[in-house]
Amino acid sequence: MRIGIPKETHEGERRVATTPEVASLIQKLGFEVAVESGAGTEAKFTDDAYRQAEVKIVENAKTLYDESDIILKVRPPADNKETGINEIDLLREGQTLISFIHPGQNEPLMQVLAEKKISVLAMDSIPRISRSQKLDALSSMANIGGYRAVVEAAQHFGRFFTGQITAAGKIPPAKVLVIGAGVAGLSAIGAAKSMGAIVRAFDTRPEVKEQVESMNAEFLMLDFDDEDGSGEGGYAKVMSDEFIKAEMELFARQAEEVDIIITTALIPGRPAPELITPDMVEAMKEGSVIVDLAAEMGGNCKLTEANKVVVKHGVTIIGYTDLPSRLATQASQLYATNLRHLLTELTPEKDGVILLNMEDEVIRGATIIKDGEITWPPPAPKLSATPPKQEPAPVIEKASKEKKTGPLSLLLPFIIGGVALLGLGSVAPPEFMSHLTVFVLSCFIGYMVVWNVTPSLHTPLMSVTNAISSIIIIGALLQISSENNLIMFLAGIATLITSINIFGGFAVTHRMLAMFRK
Amino acid sequence: MSQGIVTVAYIGAMVMFILALGGLSQPETSRRGNFYGILGMLMALMATVIGIVSDNYFVLFFGVIIGGGIGLVLAKKVEMTQMPELVAILHSLVGLAAVLVGFANFLDHNIALVGVDKTIHDIETYLGILIGALTFSGSVVAFLKLSARIGGKPMLLPARHWLNLALLVGSILLGAMFVNQSAAGGGTLALIAMTIIALVFGVHMVMAIGGADMPVVISMLNSYSGWAAAATGFMLNNDLLIVVGALVGSSGAILSYIMCRAMNRKFFSVIAGGFGTSSGQTSSGPVGEAGDIIAVEGAEVAEILLDAKEVMIIPGYGMAVAQAQHTVHEITRKLRDKKINVRFGIHPVAGRMPGHMNVLLAEAKVPYDIVFELDEVNDDFPNVDVSLVIGANDIVNPAAQEVPDSPIAGMPVLECWKGKTTIVLKRSMATGYAGVENPLFYKDNTRMLFGDARDSLDTVLKSLD
Repeated sequence: MRIGIPKETHEGERRVATTPEVASLIQKLGFEVAVESGAGTEAKFTDDAYRQAEVKIVENAKTLYDESDIILKVRPPADNKETGINEIDLLREGQTLISFIHPGQNEPLMQVLAEKKISVLAMDSIPRISRSQKLDALSSMANIGGYRAVVEAAQHFGRFFTGQITAAGKIPPAKVLVIGAGVAGLSAIGAAKSMGAIVRAFDTRPEVKEQVESMNAEFLMLDFDDEDGSGEGGYAKVMSDEFIKAEMELFARQAEEVDIIITTALIPGRPAPELITPDMVEAMKEGSVIVDLAAEMGGNCKLTEANKVVVKHGVTIIGYTDLPSRLATQASQLYATNLRHLLTELTPEKDGVILLNMEDEVIRGATIIKDGEITWPPPAPKLSATPPKQEPAPVIEKASKEKKTGPLSLLLPFIIGGVALLGLGSVAPPEFMSHLTVFVLSCFIGYMVVWNVTPSLHTPLMSVTNAISSIIIIGALLQISSENNLIMFLAGIATLITSINIFGGFAVTHRMLAMFRK
Repeated sequence: MSQGIVTVAYIGAMVMFILALGGLSQPETSRRGNFYGILGMLMALMATVIGIVSDNYFVLFFGVIIGGGIGLVLAKKVEMTQMPELVAILHSLVGLAAVLVGFANFLDHNIALVGVDKTIHDIETYLGILIGALTFSGSVVAFLKLSARIGGKPMLLPARHWLNLALLVGSILLGAMFVNQSAAGGGTLALIAMTIIALVFGVHMVMAIGGADMPVVISMLNSYSGWAAAATGFMLNNDLLIVVGALVGSSGAILSYIMCRAMNRKFFSVIAGGFGTSSGQTSSGPVGEAGDIIAVEGAEVAEILLDAKEVMIIPGYGMAVAQAQHTVHEITRKLRDKKINVRFGIHPVAGRMPGHMNVLLAEAKVPYDIVFELDEVNDDFPNVDVSLVIGANDIVNPAAQEVPDSPIAGMPVLECWKGKTTIVLKRSMATGYAGVENPLFYKDNTRMLFGDARDSLDTVLKSLD
C-alpha cells in the first residue's frame, strides 16, 4: 500500500508526519512512501533528504491524496480557505487517515469523515496502557510542550533562572511552580531544573509525588484528607469542592512567592479547570510569567488568551497552543516514530497491508471510524496506566526453612567419617592406609590450590586438569610390557587414547592461554 | 633405573602438577602453569618408560605417536566456541582409559594377593572401572548434547529416581558378587555386567540434565575423571596416580560447587536432573503481552550506544552460537576510542562450561581487565547507561528475584534492568534453557533487537561510524 504525507495546511503548523529516517523504516514494513513537495521544509527536512530515503516527492496535495491508500497527518483535516485546499474533500472512499482528530471536541468533523466512507485512526485516542507507550503521540507532544513552555517563559522573564553570586552582586534563583505533573509537567520540571531554577510542583494525584521528587523538584502537598485524583487512563479527575478550595489557597500563597507558573492541568473532554484567578495574577510580582499549556481548552488562567502573549497586571501570560510545532524538527521526529510504531502494530505480517484488528485493544481504541462507521468512543480501557494496587507480596518464611545447624549436625559427618576410617584401619593393610593418607592430603591440596582460581580461567583450568588426569597413562604403561597379548592390547589402546588427551589437552590450553592479554 | 629414582621422578612430577594448578589461578602466571604441567607429565612418562617398561616398545610408541598426533590436530583445529565439546570428549577418553586399565589389571593374574589385601584390591579395581565407565558414557552424552547432535532438553524417564536407585543397588550387589567370585578366580561376568550398568547410569544421568546445567555437568565429569584416576592409582599401588587423581577430582568438585552456587542450586538436585521442566510453565505464567516489547533496529542501537557513557556488555550462549565475539570486540574498540567506558559482565554460568565466555572474549582479543564477574559489577548497574545483552536469557532474568515461586528464584542474576537502558539481542521471543519467561523483555527501559546476533551486531558496527 502507498502511504502519503501531505504538507500541513493549518496556519503556523510546522510539523510533518514523517521524517526521511522514519520513512525508510516504514518502507521496511512493505509500504511505499510519498511526500508532498515542501511538506518537511518548516521542520528542516528538505525534499532532497526525502529523495535520498527513496521517498517519492509528489508535486501537489491532490495527486498525493489520489495516489495514496493511507494518509498520515498531524492536524485533523480541515477546509483551509487561505490556501484553498479542502483536505476533507480530497479524501476518497476506502482510504485510511491517521492523524490527531480529537473526536470528543470535533463532532461535526466526525460526521463528515464518516460520510466519506473512510477509516480513521486518531493518534489522540490510543488507549494509555503500558503496551501502547511507544505509540503515545500525546505524550511525545506533551514532552516537547513542557520543554518549550520553559523556553518561552525564559524568553519573557527578565532574569536568570539560576542563582549566581557575581562580582556585581548576588542573583537569586528563579522560582518556578508547575501545576499538573503529567508528561508535560514533568518535562517542564526537568527543563526548568536543568536551567537552575527552584522548581515546585503540584498535582492532585498523590502517586506522582515520587516522580516529581525523582527530578529533584519539591512536591507541594495539600493538607487534606487523602482524596485521590487519579482518573481513568492516567488522567486526573474532577475533584470535590473542599479540595479545590484548599488547592486555590495553596496557589494564592504560591503566586505571591514564585516568578514563573506553568500550568498543564487538563481533564479529558472538559474545559480546562480554572486554577489561577485574576486576583492571583495581580498578587504576582512585576515581571513574572505564566505559561498556560491548557490555553486551547480555555486555559487554567482566566486571563489567558489562546495563541497570544498578553501582559496583565505586569505579568506576561503566554497562551500559545502550538508549542510542539515551535520545536518542529524534534516534534516531527517523535510523532513520526509514534506513527511508525502504530504502522508496525497494524502490519503484523510486514507485507505493507494494514489490518484493522478490532480485537486488539490498542488498535480498537485508535480506530474511531471504520469504513465509514463511527466506532468512537471505544469500550472503556481495561487497564489503568498505573499498575493496580498490588497485594502485599506473600511473605516467604525464610526463617523456618533455615534450620539452625546444631553442634550435633555439624559434628555428625566427622563422627561418621571417623568411625568409617577406624573400621577401615582395623582391617586394611598398612600399605593401603599410607595410600589413603596421600589421597586425603592431595584432595586438600587440590582444594586449596584451585579455590583461588579466577573465574575467567575456569575453562583453561579444566582443560589442563583434563590433560593432567591422563596421568592414568602410567597405569597403561605399567601393563604394556605384559606377555599376555590381551592385556598388552588393552594397555596399548589406553596409551593411545590418553596420548590424545595429553597432547590435545596441553596444546589447547596453551592456545587458550596465549589469547589472554591485557 | 632403580625404583628409587622412578619414585623421585614421580615426586617431581607431583610437585610440577601442583604448581601447574597453582599457576592457573591468575592470568599472568597461567602460561607458566601450563608449562609446569607439561614438564610434570614429561618427567612421569620418561621415568615410567625408562624405568619400568621392559617390552612392547613398538606398541607404546605407536600409541603415543598416533594419539599425540590426533590430539595436536584436535587442539589446533577446534574453534573456541566448541571448547565445551572438546573438553567433554577428552573427559570420555580418561574414563575409557580407566576402564581399559582396570580390565587389564584384572586379567593380569601375576599379582598374588590373599585375604583382605585381595578384597581391597578387588574393590579398588571395581570402583576404578565403575567410575571410569560412568565418566566415559556420561561424557559422550554430554559431548553429543553440546555439539547439538542430540537435543539439549532434559530427557526424563517417568521413574528416574527409582531407576537410579535400582542401578546403584544393582552395582553394589554385583560388587559383592564380584569380590566373592574373584576370590575363587572368576568374576569376569559380574565385572562386565557392572560396566554395562555404569555405562547406562552415565547415559541416564547426563540425559536428564538440561542445557543450562551443562557447566555443572562438565565440571562434574572433570571431577569424575580425576576420581577414576585416583581409584586406578589405588588399584596399582601408585601414589602418583592417587595424587594427580585427587587433585583433579577435588578441582572438578570445586568447580561444580561454584557453578551450583552461581545458580543457587543444590548439587544433588542438578545430578538428579529435571530442573525447570516440571514446574517452569505452570508457575511463571505469562508476564506480558507480545506487544509490550519495543523492537529497535541496528542503527538505533548504535545511536543509543554512542550517547552512553557507561556500557555493560553481557554475553551469553547466543554469542557463542553466532560466533559474534569478534564483532563484539570491534564494537568495544570503537566505543572505547570514543571515550565510552565499556565493560563486560560475565555470569558464572553463561555459556556451556565454566569460563566459556572468558575464553571467547580472550580469543577475540578483548583485554581481560575490562571483563568482570557478576559480583564485581552487579552493584554498578544503576550507573550504567546501556546494557547490551547478547544472546543471554536466564542470567538476566528479574524473575529470579521478583517471582518467589519461579524455578530460578534465588539464582544470582545480572541486574541490568537497574541501568538506564537495556538492549537485548535475541533470535526470537523463545524462553531460555530454564524454560522460564523473562519479564526483562517487557520492561519499559528494555529494547529488543531481533535477529542473529552476528548479523545484528554487524549492522550496529556499521552504524557506529
